[in-house]
Amino acid sequence: MSVATERQDPGPAAAGVRRSGEPPGTRRPAPGTPGRGRLTGAAPYLLLLPALVATVLLLGWPLVKDGLLSFQNLNMRQLIQHLTEWNGVDNYRETLTSEDFWRVTLRSVIFTAVNVVLIMLLGTLVGLLLARLGSTMRLLLSVGLVLAWAMPPIAGTTVFQWLFAARFGVVNWVLDALGWHSMAHYNWTGSQFSTFFIITLLIVWQSIPFVAINLYAATTTIPGELYEAAALDGAGTWKSFTSVTFPFLKPFLLATTFLEVIWVFKAFTQVFAINEGGPDRLTETLPVYAFIEGVGNQHYGMGAAISLLTIAVLLALTSYYLRIVLRQEEDEL
Amino acid sequence: MKRSPLARLWPNATAVVLFIGFAFPVYWMFTTAFKPTSDVITEDPVWFPTSATLDHFQKALDAENFWTLVGNSLTVTLSAVALSLVIALLAAFSLARMRFKGRRGFLVTFMIAQMAPWEVLVIAIYMLVRDGDMLNSLIPLTLFYMVMVLPFTILTLRAYVAAIPKELEESAMVDGCTRPQAFVRVIFPLLAPGLMATSLFGFITAWNEFPLVLILNKDPAAQTLPLWLSSFQTAFGDDWGATMAAASLFAIPILVLFLFLQRKAVGGLTSGAVKG
Repeated sequence: MSVATERQDPGPAAAGVRRSGEPPGTRRPAPGTPGRGRLTGAAPYLLLLPALVATVLLLGWPLVKDGLLSFQNLNMRQLIQHLTEWNGVDNYRETLTSEDFWRVTLRSVIFTAVNVVLIMLLGTLVGLLLARLGSTMRLLLSVGLVLAWAMPPIAGTTVFQWLFAARFGVVNWVLDALGWHSMAHYNWTGSQFSTFFIITLLIVWQSIPFVAINLYAATTTIPGELYEAAALDGAGTWKSFTSVTFPFLKPFLLATTFLEVIWVFKAFTQVFAINEGGPDRLTETLPVYAFIEGVGNQHYGMGAAISLLTIAVLLALTSYYLRIVLRQEEDEL
Repeated sequence: MKRSPLARLWPNATAVVLFIGFAFPVYWMFTTAFKPTSDVITEDPVWFPTSATLDHFQKALDAENFWTLVGNSLTVTLSAVALSLVIALLAAFSLARMRFKGRRGFLVTFMIAQMAPWEVLVIAIYMLVRDGDMLNSLIPLTLFYMVMVLPFTILTLRAYVAAIPKELEESAMVDGCTRPQAFVRVIFPLLAPGLMATSLFGFITAWNEFPLVLILNKDPAAQTLPLWLSSFQTAFGDDWGATMAAASLFAIPILVLFLFLQRKAVGGLTSGAVKG
């Protein structure tokens, strides 16, 4: 899935109901007659073949190529002359011993953590708010959320540049009007912290709707009896949240957190388009760093090594959840 | 439970504030695009435009290559989506309806493929495409976009196929249809909504893609709209009216599609994206 819209995950309404909930009225087929599904031996594989070939060729091959490139000394000169110069683990050694790489890695991890925490926390709150609203207000808020969700990342980035423009930007005008006069012509992309502030605001703004709207949809599948039972036991608002809502939503929250970690960590469009990793390369996250080192500075071999290390970091960040998913699959199939 | 008016005030007030927060950037984009320049470049913002102009849109449309890039974007996106639908439908049918050795392995493969770090593979892809002498061509873009949306399309369509009762096919087969015939006559029509939803999401993904085309197609005539918008911003950075008109032109098709799709988007998370 790619950065932006990989984040939309449609699916049939019925299938959207969490499996753990054993929901009423699922459209799941009745267990099929055994033997019918067996069919002839090769058919299922033939049907899968095109998908498999495409994936192996167009995803597997670049992965392998990236691995090969990462062991090559491949710069502008070698690129133009079509030279292949192997240099063993030099790229890795150089990357892993460079202070820059570790600084960018740390920055990426913090950036991901801050964004994901904000997205999950605020997204959950907005989702719970949606569940409490009357239908008119819910519709109103939903429209706002969908507008932000649907904005293409590159268009959203452009709009945020305009909102935060030093001159005539509406944000600076508001801050000035609120009495913060030093912000009147503030250059937001002039420092590391303020640039990250805009990027974070942009990503959180675009990501909350996915969490909120899906979370609201999930809450509508919680059986009302559970709340009634909790109320009979004397549970207040908070208690019924911790004993009914939260346990029910937990699988959803885990899955969403996992997706958000991937999406935020890989975010390229927003980070790159807002200021190309500047000022002074201070807002480069790992994907942008790999791009600028590899393509921008034409150290292609080095960029490939950074790419693979980036994938390793991402796998480390998501390993906990991946283990859960893989184990679940084993149980179910 | 009845709530007192005061208890209802807070959620409603919060909802209004949030609505403004989420919708404002989109509102500001559209209104800026229509405002006369004197209302854009002004020390005090004009919150509610009183006069509208199409000059900024004119400027955006007059930008070099615009219509070529619209054509490029449409060609790449539509072919990628069409290809991925055909390939995914076959795979989804196999995964949803048949029992065979390695089925779980295939499912897990597609689930993992869905997390593919395309953003960091651009260097390897660049080298492959260059070696094949295909830089500045729409073909590699189409193929890569196809594979980008493929796992998602397979997993989602699989859920749709699984949701159609097996008995429908079986009774068609009892009536003398072969299995492929049963599929085409019975299943395919029932899948129409699923095909619509997945293809529209595929469309949005491919339409928005940025890093890959950024590195593969340097030739301005071979680019797509996200790059056009990005370079438009660089070139016309201070002309916010024109830039916002360009952003609006790019965003409108997606906003419209999304409004149709939103209901279908909700709730599919665990079925389509994460779980098989």
